[in-house]
Amino acid sequence: MSEQNINVTLKVWRQRNSQSKGGFETYPLNDVSTDMSFLEMFDVLNEKLIQEGKDPVAFDHDCREGICGMCSMFINGRPHGPKQAVTTCQLHMRSFKNGETIVVEPWRAKPFPVIKDLVVDRSAFDRIISAGGFISVNTGNAQDANAIPVAKDNADESFAAAACIGCGACVAACKNASAMLFVSAKVSQLALLPQGQPERKQRVMDMVAQMDNEGFGACTNTGACSAECPKEISLTNIARMNRDFLAAEITAK
Amino acid sequence: MSSSKIASKIPEGNLEQKWSKYRSTVPLVNPANKRSLEIIVVGSGLAGASAASTLAELGYKVKVFCFQDSARRAHSIAAQGGINAAKNYQNDGDSVYRLFYDTIKGGDYRAREANVYRLAEVSANIIDQSVASGVPFAREYGGLLSNRSFGGTQVQRTFYAAGQTGQQLLLGAYSGLQRQVGMGAVQMFARHEMLDVVNIDGVCRGIIARDLVSGKLERHFGHAVLLCTGGYGNVFFLSTNAMGSNVTAAWKAHKKGAMFANPCFTQIHPTCIPVSGDHQSKLTLMSESLRNDGRIWVPKRKEDAEAIRAGKLNPNQLKEEERDYYLERRYPAFGNLVPRDVASRAAKERCDAGFGVNKTGEAVYLDFAFNMKYKYGKIEATKKGISNPTEEQLKSLGHEVIKEKYGNLFDMYQQITGVNPYENPMMIYPAVHYTMGGLWVDYNLMTTVPGLYALGEANFSDHGANRLGASALMQGLADGYFVIPYTIGAYLNNEIRTKAISTDHEAFVAAEKAVQDKIDQFLSIKGNKSVDYFHKKLGKIMWDKCGMARNEAGLKEAIEEIKALRNEFWNNVRVPGAANELNPELEKAGRVADFLELGELMCLDALKRNESCGGHFREEYQTEEGEALRDDENFKYVAAWEMLELGNWELNKEDLIYDNIKIAQRSYK
Repeated sequence: MSEQNINVTLKVWRQRNSQSKGGFETYPLNDVSTDMSFLEMFDVLNEKLIQEGKDPVAFDHDCREGICGMCSMFINGRPHGPKQAVTTCQLHMRSFKNGETIVVEPWRAKPFPVIKDLVVDRSAFDRIISAGGFISVNTGNAQDANAIPVAKDNADESFAAAACIGCGACVAACKNASAMLFVSAKVSQLALLPQGQPERKQRVMDMVAQMDNEGFGACTNTGACSAECPKEISLTNIARMNRDFLAAEITAK
Repeated sequence: MSSSKIASKIPEGNLEQKWSKYRSTVPLVNPANKRSLEIIVVGSGLAGASAASTLAELGYKVKVFCFQDSARRAHSIAAQGGINAAKNYQNDGDSVYRLFYDTIKGGDYRAREANVYRLAEVSANIIDQSVASGVPFAREYGGLLSNRSFGGTQVQRTFYAAGQTGQQLLLGAYSGLQRQVGMGAVQMFARHEMLDVVNIDGVCRGIIARDLVSGKLERHFGHAVLLCTGGYGNVFFLSTNAMGSNVTAAWKAHKKGAMFANPCFTQIHPTCIPVSGDHQSKLTLMSESLRNDGRIWVPKRKEDAEAIRAGKLNPNQLKEEERDYYLERRYPAFGNLVPRDVASRAAKERCDAGFGVNKTGEAVYLDFAFNMKYKYGKIEATKKGISNPTEEQLKSLGHEVIKEKYGNLFDMYQQITGVNPYENPMMIYPAVHYTMGGLWVDYNLMTTVPGLYALGEANFSDHGANRLGASALMQGLADGYFVIPYTIGAYLNNEIRTKAISTDHEAFVAAEKAVQDKIDQFLSIKGNKSVDYFHKKLGKIMWDKCGMARNEAGLKEAIEEIKALRNEFWNNVRVPGAANELNPELEKAGRVADFLELGELMCLDALKRNESCGGHFREEYQTEEGEALRDDENFKYVAAWEMLELGNWELNKEDLIYDNIKIAQRSYK
């Protein structure tokens, strides 16, 4: 596809800090190369704001290759923008039309308070992992890696769940701000492996309890989370977690 | 003779027994004492997360700092291709010795034998540990682990999880770390950046960190400080590193007495997506694993290259005999799997000669069509019992296999370039990827400042002048899981009587004040150029004059240009906002200020190394065939630089001794 330059109008959420009330600011931006990534377009905007003596827009980003999970923009009403299976950093301006108005907001969810502009606090996810998203194996405990064969189907399915980048798009997409897709991805990854069996029940109960403590909403099976997930984490993980959770509750001592 | 200021502390004895003997005799710290010893870990990537969780498991009190919003974001996450280990699961002749040998040779004989042998020895344990912690590596239908090949080797020893091996290993280490956080054994400080180390009586005793949300400076005491802060490739502005990757922690340590080793040893990775324009903020790697099945070529005739650049010719129209598979031509033994430095230079050579294939003339093809059809297509056709398959059938059968192996990379390529790589050959060009240089460390991973350690990419120790593919993940986890937990005992067993030092100590107060002054200075300049303006300028100087090819005149110019740019920076940078808030421009200013000093040292190191080795290619020192010409007589040493003051460094040499390997001209022909 050949490169073009387009003009866009940005409506960006600006909020000084977690206490202050935010609002939209409008910024016209001309001559945007369609080869630019969405975040490179924000670099250009910020460069312009700095030159004008204004405060640049704060946004989270790091690897810019779709894997670290740090970028988190809500673009035209969709987490990570209009394209399927793509993070904001991998979204390119060729996905937008000349003259388009683009609305950019932070993730909106009570457990993800805004820190500044488009930056939110997602530490709730870390606390959920701390509650049980691991296998309790100290360094040095391990046996030979090939001692336990894992059926390829299970290994592949576990990997598909493990591809979650912890960006929080699922929560942002959900009308209930539910974190079920994130939590179920980790639960499933470990439940599908023989190494994860000893703690399987305790894990799901502890992680769900922490998820509830953080104030994430309930799941009502609308599926927006999976539809908007940049890594296309499947809804079947939620079903698996529900089964595991029910079984764990029933058989809990 | 090595400089008297540095002692590598390599244990005596046979190479094969050094580590096991040392490990069994290194002093221990009893469990009760561990609880009162505090360790600070800066950085939460593979090295930092694995070290922190393992040390916490042993009973030490650990604090972990990272500038990202979560430990899981560290840039180890972006490693794609795989991790090496001498498991010999494929029965193809691998062994600890062979991994050791390949690594030393791949590093062009500029790494320490003892460190590399230890790395090869513990490599197998890493795979065991990772699998046990739930890392879903790729498996075969029998349920056992799958392997592939990487550059610079002739065995299959690379373990992988599609093109997301770094992600899976990091999330494994991260979950172990979060487990310790949940138990209260590790205190986590995310969105915190270390801005100085604190030394008291010549010993490292803590750090100054900035809470990036509130802007507050904090003082933290530690009996030992571990810098696991990665590499400094972003000195080039454009690199495959994350936007936040920086040298600041290592550089502050350097300015407080830690020597910096081999700073000019930079890895330029051959297979990255080419630059598309001035707006470019970073470069994206296409995993080296693609070289297993992709063949690299440019047109044989310059006219064809010109026609392609002008958009008048489609590369698919060129017949086999009209293509120059230059790696296969020049290096028949290793072909497309030569080490990274060799492949990068060969691409540059072809493009400089006028055979480049994109609009900038700086790209070559990485083509999967041949293997898609004639390797995988044929195998699938045979499996399905299709005799005499058509070309179209072969292509569609092979397409599925390629998709299964590299699907996520192909998708990423299409997303970035807008071109479908299943139908058209990929375009690639070399880009800065990894830095072999780093803080000088002894066998214990301790820098020249007692109590201050460097692990993973932040140190210099294992990759010599060129790192082999799939060895960075191995080294990060080796250092964190299996080396530091032992070697730190050699230091901490003498620290059991040291009570925690109050952070009201004058050294902490002074260090914090110096950091505060720097921040105030940034904000007070109020110039008219942004931080990025300076960063881009520095990057261009470094890429042009200290990049894939270097020469004396260029390096001397670069040093002067960097000094001038640094001066301009401190007079004309504009850092908006305030100190007491989330201020990404202020964070960047601090990092770029450090890059502006490091760049000078890199050029100085490149200038003083009058030879070509690995990633360091001095145009004056090459063979008639254009290969790197080493000078073992004069340069078989580690260059450890001590900063006397900015712009004035003293070179300390650590001689490299090869008792077990016969050093030779590296040949992949």
